[in-house]
Amino acid sequence: MAEALLEVRGLSKAYGALRATDQVDLDVREGETHAIIGPNGAGKTTLIGQLAGNLRPDAGRIRFAGEEITALAAPARSRKGLARSFQITSIYRDFTALDNVALAVQAHAGDSFRFWRPARKEAVLREPARAILEEVGLGARADAVGANLAHGEQRQLEIAIALATQPRLMLLDEPVAGMGADESQRMVEFLARLKGRRTLILVEHDMDAVFTLADRISVLVYGRIIATGTPVEIRANPEVRRAYLGEEV
Amino acid sequence: MGARARTVVLIAGLALLAAVPPVAALTGQPFYLDLFRRIMIFAIAASSLNLILGYGGMISFGHAAYLGIGAYAVGILAHYGIYNGFLQWGLAIGAAALVALAIGAVSIRTSGVYFIMITLAFTQMLYYLGISIEEYGGDDGMRLAARSRFPGLVDLGDATAFYYLVFAILCLCLLLVHRLVNSRFGMVIQAAKSNEARTLAIGLSPYPYKLAAFVIAGAMCGVAGALLVNHTAYLTPEFMHWTRSGEILFTVTLGGMATTAGPLLGAAAFLLLEDLLSGWTVHWQIILGPFLVLVVLFARRGLAGLLRGGGRDG
Amino acid sequence: MNLVLVLEQLLNGLQFGVMLFLMAAGLTLVFGIMNLVNLAHGSLYMVGAYLAAAAYQWTGSFVLSVPLALAGTLAVGIVVELVALRSLYERDHLDQVLATFGLILFFNELIAIIWGRAAIYAALPGWLSGQVELLGVVRYPVYRALVILVGLAVAVALWIVVAHTRFGMLVRAGASNRTMVAALGVNIRLLYTVVFGFGAALAGLAGLMAGPIYAVQPGMGEGILIQVFVVIVIGGIGSIRGALAGALIVGMVDTLGRAFLKPMLATVFSPTAADSAGPALASMLIYMLMAAVLAVRPEGLFPARTG
Repeated sequence: MAEALLEVRGLSKAYGALRATDQVDLDVREGETHAIIGPNGAGKTTLIGQLAGNLRPDAGRIRFAGEEITALAAPARSRKGLARSFQITSIYRDFTALDNVALAVQAHAGDSFRFWRPARKEAVLREPARAILEEVGLGARADAVGANLAHGEQRQLEIAIALATQPRLMLLDEPVAGMGADESQRMVEFLARLKGRRTLILVEHDMDAVFTLADRISVLVYGRIIATGTPVEIRANPEVRRAYLGEEV
Repeated sequence: MGARARTVVLIAGLALLAAVPPVAALTGQPFYLDLFRRIMIFAIAASSLNLILGYGGMISFGHAAYLGIGAYAVGILAHYGIYNGFLQWGLAIGAAALVALAIGAVSIRTSGVYFIMITLAFTQMLYYLGISIEEYGGDDGMRLAARSRFPGLVDLGDATAFYYLVFAILCLCLLLVHRLVNSRFGMVIQAAKSNEARTLAIGLSPYPYKLAAFVIAGAMCGVAGALLVNHTAYLTPEFMHWTRSGEILFTVTLGGMATTAGPLLGAAAFLLLEDLLSGWTVHWQIILGPFLVLVVLFARRGLAGLLRGGGRDG
Repeated sequence: MNLVLVLEQLLNGLQFGVMLFLMAAGLTLVFGIMNLVNLAHGSLYMVGAYLAAAAYQWTGSFVLSVPLALAGTLAVGIVVELVALRSLYERDHLDQVLATFGLILFFNELIAIIWGRAAIYAALPGWLSGQVELLGVVRYPVYRALVILVGLAVAVALWIVVAHTRFGMLVRAGASNRTMVAALGVNIRLLYTVVFGFGAALAGLAGLMAGPIYAVQPGMGEGILIQVFVVIVIGGIGSIRGALAGALIVGMVDTLGRAFLKPMLATVFSPTAADSAGPALASMLIYMLMAAVLAVRPEGLFPARTG
């Protein structure tokens, strides 16, 4: 059996008495879209944080593309091909959308210790950035300042920034959070086009999105993964139904 | 448009500065030559701080240290009979850069309040070092043995020639900062200030870039120090006093942070204000203090900020 | 170098450390709870010293001058808090630094206008001017011994208040989560004013005790303020324990360094070299110590915030 792109073993993190992540094992195969769902407070964002390198686990191992990355900080993981988008929008509010994406391109396009040429005039940065903005549907808003973008547009920008780092694996933390029905629909369609071309780990509450996009789903409850399987399997799983206690599954 | 207005103001300001020597000669007021030369030297120092503070978000309360190091490099060499300007100013830049590297390496790993306190503490350390070395005047400082010499190029004893040299260096520094902040390097610096989490997430570690910026800023301020000691013809540890750091900080804020024209506007406004107030009363600081508080509370974006149209630096 | 001299300097180090602690405790509390960088803390120290000297001159009673100076400094502190600092709590650190820097300029000049720029003499009454025999070996100035006792007493009292009273609990809660404390219905504005006043009183106490020992002149606050910063950086921001540890360390290193570095250098190098390098190095010691601590523990020795 081929090694999984992302292998997590025994990941644990506690805040005092609260076990935010409790002995998590996870395998994510290359090319799959793997959703992580769970009731509020299950520890999904904490898990993403540890996978991305923003939080240090108390115990456990993470292997990415065959390499141990547990000790690596976030920038190093990004350079290895792991990108993340944030649940609470985290863009550069004073930069334009194009600047935002171009910076992500720059981060992976050779060396940033260049002191003289204006970065905004470098075609090798601007062209790919423009292309990505077109792809996510923000082409027309390239010159809008981040703070002036609508909430939905900012979420799109989040994805664009992550894409610009040419990742093998994308950690998407609630990409449609706070979006209206139309916007969500468009985002889901976009993510569906990404499927297969990139490996996606999707943390989401929106069940329509999850069941449309996911190849496999892992369910996180109180920091533990209680089930992993295809959408059909998860739907039928009695423990999962119990965990959600009447929530639509 | 904000950026255009600011560019116009900058060009106008520089043109005005270029016109000062002939005007001063015509009106028989050499005092203005002196005053504006001092403003330009301060603008260079402020510009260097603007790089790391305005664009980089690093609140360094220790920038006066580099002013002092540049000055002392020149003064000490002159004390021992070495008057060659290239050697002196080369040492000024090198020493300032080296000290900035040392202080930056330790301080930049910390953030927020710690950074402010640490940069302040290190400046104080250098100040105490300055006042304790009797050889170079200690507390009282000492006269500059002779001005820096650039044989065949420019005579710093000629007030007008010196003025235009400072002017040229100022223009160079403003250009340098402008190019730096818009380069790839500058993008990273601004990004780290705007959103550090985001910057880490896209694969950039801010530390080496911030350190480089800190060193560049220190070196540029070292140049200002070399110019200052030639201007005053007197070397004193007061150059490194922490209140001087506060003044430079205020100058950058008053002028408008993260703009090219800001440091120049700020230096002009601050020194002209100081000149005006000290003409009224010897206790002018009692007016300056509350003025500073008011500017912070109500005019935070500074003079260039008044011209800002909501866009980025032009 | 004999035992008596060493003991004397150790006591001096303790005395200086205790004063640093009084200043550091106030500063670190204000920062921990209100997230306010207050450069004007040194000005309150200066006000305490001047009010004490003036009050003693005016009333002729040293004992009376203490509460007068404390009350005066407290009043000044509260006025400053109400007028200038309230609007700064919400601002970023740069704004706070600049505004409180403006306050420093104001206070230094105000003091210079009232009392002049030259150092003034803070007298000691007869019954405090003598010496006392300690440990059967050392003769130590009574006043300095008193300062040590008062400082340690305040440290203990502070510990009791912070660890064992309701007010202390609010202080500790506010330090870790001020929005939560506000949400629980505590009058945040009042809490802030009280905490600030507390810090001002501590600074005033340090100042009034410092008067007879160090020079009383405009700008005296900033010299010690920067040393207090070193204390806080070494000890860790927001914690009283860190302030105490840092203060004692800095107090000892500075005092012992100034006393013994030159003679120690003279044993290795020539006396003239030691003469010029000694004082210079001694004044740099605590900053080098700070750099060393930072290299190993960027958060300080006992930081309050764990997250």
